[in-house]
Amino acid sequence: MTVQSLLFHGIALGFAAGFAARLYLLRVDYRQYPSLPHNHVSHLAFGGIAAAVGAVAVPALLEKEFTAVTFLALAATQFREIRDMERTTLQALEAYLLVPRGADYIEGIAVVFESRNYLAMAAALLVSAATVLVGAWWAGVLAALVVLPWIYSLRQGKVVGDLAEVRPAALRFEGPSLYVDHIFLMNVGTAAQREQIEKYSMGLIIEPRRSSGRDKLAHPGQRQAILHEVTAALGTHQEIAEPELTAMARKDADTGALGIVVAPFTRDVAVAIKAAANTPLLESARGSHPRWAAPVGAGPRQKAGDAGRG
Amino acid sequence: MGPLRAEKIVAVVTTDKEKVTGGGVPVFLAGDRQEAENTALLIARIMGAMVHDLENGCLLVVVH
Repeated sequence: MTVQSLLFHGIALGFAAGFAARLYLLRVDYRQYPSLPHNHVSHLAFGGIAAAVGAVAVPALLEKEFTAVTFLALAATQFREIRDMERTTLQALEAYLLVPRGADYIEGIAVVFESRNYLAMAAALLVSAATVLVGAWWAGVLAALVVLPWIYSLRQGKVVGDLAEVRPAALRFEGPSLYVDHIFLMNVGTAAQREQIEKYSMGLIIEPRRSSGRDKLAHPGQRQAILHEVTAALGTHQEIAEPELTAMARKDADTGALGIVVAPFTRDVAVAIKAAANTPLLESARGSHPRWAAPVGAGPRQKAGDAGRG
Repeated sequence: MGPLRAEKIVAVVTTDKEKVTGGGVPVFLAGDRQEAENTALLIARIMGAMVHDLENGCLLVVVH
């Protein structure tokens, strides 16, 4: 095999692997995606560019085309724009959602989109490097077989269900006060509104398994993401000028459990539980305190930072 | 946006005028509980607000 055809093989295999990685990641996680066809096109285009840049990097170095490597940096700038693009789009839509995603969830989704391009670029780079450095096309195929499953495994982080138990719970009124189980949710002033809630609403309790899950669940952005996910799965009876059916999540100060009320269009408890449990744990909620500051299993406690965040 | 929003009382509806005094919001007097709830609900629907019960004969209409 000539050097030229080897480089060509490397670039082609790298590009294919990178593009495949992006395609793969685009399909796997419906929650990270607003499922708009035109968005698919633009993300695949970006993914293609990422794959191309990643694929040519090592061959360019071997050809002593050092300036070509600077394109990696250029590409990285472009991908930061993707984060902005996603953020702007989702924020613009936010005002017209009955149950918004919340700023934290949007940031999480935007970061995921950016990082998936880097993953596509990394896949392309690794595969083309393997091809060119080993000097045989089968090395590239082999590398792709290792790299693609690895990238696939990175597609999803932790979810709410990993650190908490979701269970259905009864809604009840004590006078005007609405409770889910023992957790106070809101004060509902008129009999007509209480009837609406009894007719349409549904209660859930999310209990952290360990105390380390408490402040992750308590994070207002995380709560909003859960409400959005449940609503996305089941629809909502909520109406713009009728706030009594507003989805909300309130915390029990003693146990850290979240009490949730939603007014789903389809009353399917199993789906509601699954949607809540499968809500991604947001990075902003995950990183809210250093590990040394919060001993696991320390029991009930009120974190000083709770009030300030959000 | 976010969970900490500015909330605003837009009206008070009461069956017991002894329980309220002058303030920044309109106060509506109602003859009985039924009328109070009805008035409060109508105001709430107009303002996109929520009715809350103070359990002393007063209903608050609050925009959240």
